[in-house]
Amino acid sequence: MSQSLINVDALTVEYWTRRGKIRAVEDVSFSLDKAETIGIVGESGSGKSTLGLSLINLVPFPGRIIKGKIILKGKEVLKLPKDDMRNLRGKEICYVFQDPMTSLNPVKKLGDHIVELIRTHEPQITKQEALKRAKKLLKDVEIQPDRINDYPHQLSGGMRQRVMIALAIALNPSIVVADEPTTALDVIVQAKILDLLNALRDAYGMALILITHDLSIVLQRSDRIMVMYAGHIVEYAPSIEIYSNPKHPYTQGLLKSIPNIELDDQKLEAISGSPPDLLNLPKGCRFWPRCYCAFEKCKSEVPPLIKTGTEHSTRCFLYEEGRKK
Amino acid sequence: MLPIRRREKKVSQNEILRVEHLKKYFPMEKSFVEKMLTRTRHFVKAVDGVSFSVLKGEIFTLAGESGCGKTTTGKLVAKLIPPTEGKIFFDNVEITTLNHQAVRMFKRKMQIIFQDPYASFNPRMKIGDAVGHPLEIHDIAKGLEKRKKVLEILERVGITPAERFLDLYPHQMSGGQRQRAAMARALILQPKFVVADEPVSMIDVSLRTAIIDLMLNLRRDLELTYLFITHDLAIAKYISDKIAIMYLGKIVELGNKETIFSNPKHPYTQALLSAIPVPIPERIRKNNSRTNSKKNRTHRRGTFRCKHTFRLPLSHKVSIRQKSL
Repeated sequence: MSQSLINVDALTVEYWTRRGKIRAVEDVSFSLDKAETIGIVGESGSGKSTLGLSLINLVPFPGRIIKGKIILKGKEVLKLPKDDMRNLRGKEICYVFQDPMTSLNPVKKLGDHIVELIRTHEPQITKQEALKRAKKLLKDVEIQPDRINDYPHQLSGGMRQRVMIALAIALNPSIVVADEPTTALDVIVQAKILDLLNALRDAYGMALILITHDLSIVLQRSDRIMVMYAGHIVEYAPSIEIYSNPKHPYTQGLLKSIPNIELDDQKLEAISGSPPDLLNLPKGCRFWPRCYCAFEKCKSEVPPLIKTGTEHSTRCFLYEEGRKK
Repeated sequence: MLPIRRREKKVSQNEILRVEHLKKYFPMEKSFVEKMLTRTRHFVKAVDGVSFSVLKGEIFTLAGESGCGKTTTGKLVAKLIPPTEGKIFFDNVEITTLNHQAVRMFKRKMQIIFQDPYASFNPRMKIGDAVGHPLEIHDIAKGLEKRKKVLEILERVGITPAERFLDLYPHQMSGGQRQRAAMARALILQPKFVVADEPVSMIDVSLRTAIIDLMLNLRRDLELTYLFITHDLAIAKYISDKIAIMYLGKIVELGNKETIFSNPKHPYTQALLSAIPVPIPERIRKNNSRTNSKKNRTHRRGTFRCKHTFRLPLSHKVSIRQKSL
């Protein structure tokens, strides 16, 4: 077993809907080290949030984890009994949800949110001590501690997201999963929140999983990037590799289609077609109907994740051994 | 008197829209007790003295954070809401004082595309009917002729084969297709001017570029002028000719694309630019001399707070906002 903090192995998640089974996540494996940031990018429906939620075994109802192992510090997360699982959420893996407006309890003060969390996990702590810690946490996320008695509606969107982050780091977890932490926020606030997450990661040595649809954010902020398309990892590599040497046609297309403010006279190219319907996936590679270099084999077989560098893997037949580029 | 007139004529030759000191104040709700006790009314100054002009064939962008009044300005220009004060000239005609009949004629020339393609269609109306509806409202075409025109415009915006989409309901289409249909609906009256309010912010990243390219092609083919409203300066840089940066209801900086991006003057513009994620990994950017502005950029973001408090005429508001971020 390697020394990684968390090891995810061949994870497959399905939603069993009335219209049929949807494979939201298929055969996803990765590992994460301490104080590392991994970025998961994909469009809506690519399975990136489902993947994040399955790390804490919280996939919503019709969904179930079909296959795979998640090993956190030597423990198998998916086989834990319910109580242990509850302990693990918050203490080991914490989740910052996308929408800070709805994920705080509107009738509870900020302090109460944090105190409740701390005392649930560590009942021996007195309320006074917990409050003290809450104040320090608010300070950490750059909110004035005297706002501890405010209700969520008294805060702006950015501040609410900061409170969510304070909750996430309250028990000093080893992994923080941030699911689109800045989608509802303005650019300036977004930059501040991301700076904050980075600073906290360095201060507490947490690992950070950053889930987003915005490739620019993860290119700028993460060590490694996982590009997802229709439930598959299509490319997984260090962010520098993704930027300078993208292999998968989808990643290449994404890179060409995002505007870069530091370039003048940029020519953007669109990826043709639209994301597939997960109930009605194309046969073979899931990307071939939109791919500029699809050939016969792509239409019949699903490509495996092929190693294309020491830390670089790509799900594309172009890089199959024995095939000339 | 005479010289002024002459000058106006000269300017107006290829000017399509001119906005002068436009204001829109929304009255704030008061509680019952306050209504009884006080006479003073409080207003939200959504748009507070905005002036600009747009030349024919230009793409003029209003950019800013949420709440800066950019959407309200768009709605005022499209005459969806009446202004509190100020004048709007469209084709040298004052539109704020038009009578009913003239407004109808005006609305043929000016159309608007909304941000949310999910909400801007009647869910019970088939796409063909929704797109053709403006023709009926304006008594331009009916029956077979209408159908022909609808098919033509749908093909034009890239919804092909158009026949297949006529009888679909909005929920049966993807987000990108719906936004294309929204454009078709706006363009079917052959307007000269289109207000595009965040047309791509709700659309998946891989489809955004295609929509933007479509907008650019349509401008060329149909000789359109756009008022483009966005919070994403990277897209603004790609698409626009002129940019106005708005903050708290005022335009704080207005200029050509080149000057705004290469030499931003206002501290707010600088802060906004520095906050935009750049799709380049940090390590590469640090090594790259041309983009070695990271330090500079964060520095600017840091100084934004103090500089503003004495530079902006709205300093007190800014400092309050800063605190709440």
